[in-house]
Amino acid sequence: MKFEYTITTQNFTTAGEASSNTKKTLKLLGIDSKIIRRAAIMAYEAEMNIAIHSRGGKIQLEIEAHRITIVAEDQGPGIADIDLAMKEGYSTASHEIREMGFGAGMGLPNMKRCADSFDISSTPGGKTRVVMTLNL
Amino acid sequence: MELEKIIQVLDCQPLTQPLEGGKSFEKAFGSDLMSDVLAFIHDDETVLLTGLTNQQVIRTAEMIDLKLILFVRGKIPSEEIIGLAESNRITLLSTKASMFEAAGILFENGMRGIDQT
Repeated sequence: MKFEYTITTQNFTTAGEASSNTKKTLKLLGIDSKIIRRAAIMAYEAEMNIAIHSRGGKIQLEIEAHRITIVAEDQGPGIADIDLAMKEGYSTASHEIREMGFGAGMGLPNMKRCADSFDISSTPGGKTRVVMTLNL
Repeated sequence: MELEKIIQVLDCQPLTQPLEGGKSFEKAFGSDLMSDVLAFIHDDETVLLTGLTNQQVIRTAEMIDLKLILFVRGKIPSEEIIGLAESNRITLLSTKASMFEAAGILFENGMRGIDQT
């Protein structure tokens, strides 16, 4: 079962809707609540990252019998130093974003902490793609 | 600590309807950083104390099944945000107390912080 959601850049009214739908879908399928919670955090942090930092992108949710896969892919501008971006507390977010309660440098570490597998690839100037899975 | 008691000790203004009375909360977490809320709260019976009133506070609570948000410093979100909370069955309260005062009063009344794990 596959779902795809388009995330618009800098639209903080709709940001969170894809994660909300992801959560509702998993709930309808009767997935364990602890797994749903982890999936929701992964999807939401990814969605906020796309809305905050990128030119827009999409989130794909795939549900198979043995695992859930969440793929977040944006249209750039890419991450210059992935190791630095993965560090807790490091953020390039603007003051306005911080005032919204984000940009504390916990997004990517939160995603990695919740996922059973986490893979991030990015090219400076190009796309960023995050692939996360949860075992069922 | 029951919802009614929280309302009483902090002189709260309830913002959502209906108030789901009888609910009990043992732990509280105060933050204006939503990623910290997502990272540190592991128990959905936790009260979130925050001074942020934007939509992302409600979305954050929705993601981790929080049932009660207490806005400090007299903050009140917009009708639209209150509606989003109601549709997710999240109760919203507002108190004039500061984050520090609200946390102190709740602690004095038996509420405790989250587990440090």
